[in-house]
Amino acid sequence: MAAIRLSVPDTATAGEVIEIKALIQHPMESGFRRDSRGEAVARDIITRFECLYAGETVFAGDFFPAVSANPFLTFHTRATETGTLVFRWTDQDGQSWEDAAEILVE
Amino acid sequence: MKPWLCLLGIVLLSACGSARTAPETITNPPEPLLSGSEFLTAETRTLQADDFANPGYLWVDQGQALFEAVVGNSLSCAACHTDESGSLEGAAAKYPRWNSEDRRIMNLEGQINACRSSQQQLSPLEYESNELLSLTAYVANLSKAHPITVERDPGAEYAFDQGFEYFTTRRGQFNLSCANCHQDNWGQSLRGDTISQGHGNGFPAYRLEWQTLGSLHRRFKDCDTGVRAVPKELGSDTYLALEYYLAVRAEGLEIEAPGVRR
Repeated sequence: MAAIRLSVPDTATAGEVIEIKALIQHPMESGFRRDSRGEAVARDIITRFECLYAGETVFAGDFFPAVSANPFLTFHTRATETGTLVFRWTDQDGQSWEDAAEILVE
Repeated sequence: MKPWLCLLGIVLLSACGSARTAPETITNPPEPLLSGSEFLTAETRTLQADDFANPGYLWVDQGQALFEAVVGNSLSCAACHTDESGSLEGAAAKYPRWNSEDRRIMNLEGQINACRSSQQQLSPLEYESNELLSLTAYVANLSKAHPITVERDPGAEYAFDQGFEYFTTRRGQFNLSCANCHQDNWGQSLRGDTISQGHGNGFPAYRLEWQTLGSLHRRFKDCDTGVRAVPKELGSDTYLALEYYLAVRAEGLEIEAPGVRR
């Protein structure tokens, strides 16, 4: 279970630029570290983030080993219509975590 | 004969009394009392203060879900701890406390596990497990901004002395006590950092070094390792005594959990 925190305004006026924040719990293990016994710690990272607004991708990013644990993203988009924002993180093995938020555009 | 015995009794009693009160005089909290967040960079303080961006809230959220979750046939934590029956707001500020039944110091982690075994018939959670950290973070967060008010129980004086002794005893290859840095030299520079006063009011805290949330006992282990001493076990009597002493020393500081620390 990965905890996700989203911040999306409940309402916005059409054409308004809105700020969106997304935080996910993930170790983002770089694969470059060694444990106390000197054994390499296997890489375990999220490689892709996508945000879809009413089915259309408005923001996406590729993640690499240098991204910190529990990555926190802030980005902006223009409020166009009432609908759902879907946030999806996919890790290196194809496992993904998803959460959604509704926005009312007047 | 009798008045003489009586006098001896009074002398003995007062001797005991002075032994009890002695720790009060050696508590010696730093002046002024400053939370660990005062020694952070402005950016880290901002991160802690932001209820959304503070990554510790990932665990608080999970802890709330666990608090309300029903496991098997047992009651959820929330079934007993309702707003009517007594919410846990402010409760964490009174921990650690003396448990007169077990004759042991009980911290928040210990209380959660005690509740699990006595009220929920569940097995105790492993120290530093994600579940126990989450529940502790949630319960501690319910006391955010409450000042630490730990009760000095007469039965706990031994633990208090033990904690004080651990705090002030030099150890490890570097031959340093906790007090050498956190009592005598707080505010001074140590490599790139400013030494804090060593309070536990932000714990469980998200440490940037760990890239995760951790307990106060994990922090103790880091400090012991830092002076190249052999660290104690998480949840050990020694660390519980140290946590108790530090809580008394930090009396009046506000709970910040989940704090963000370096």
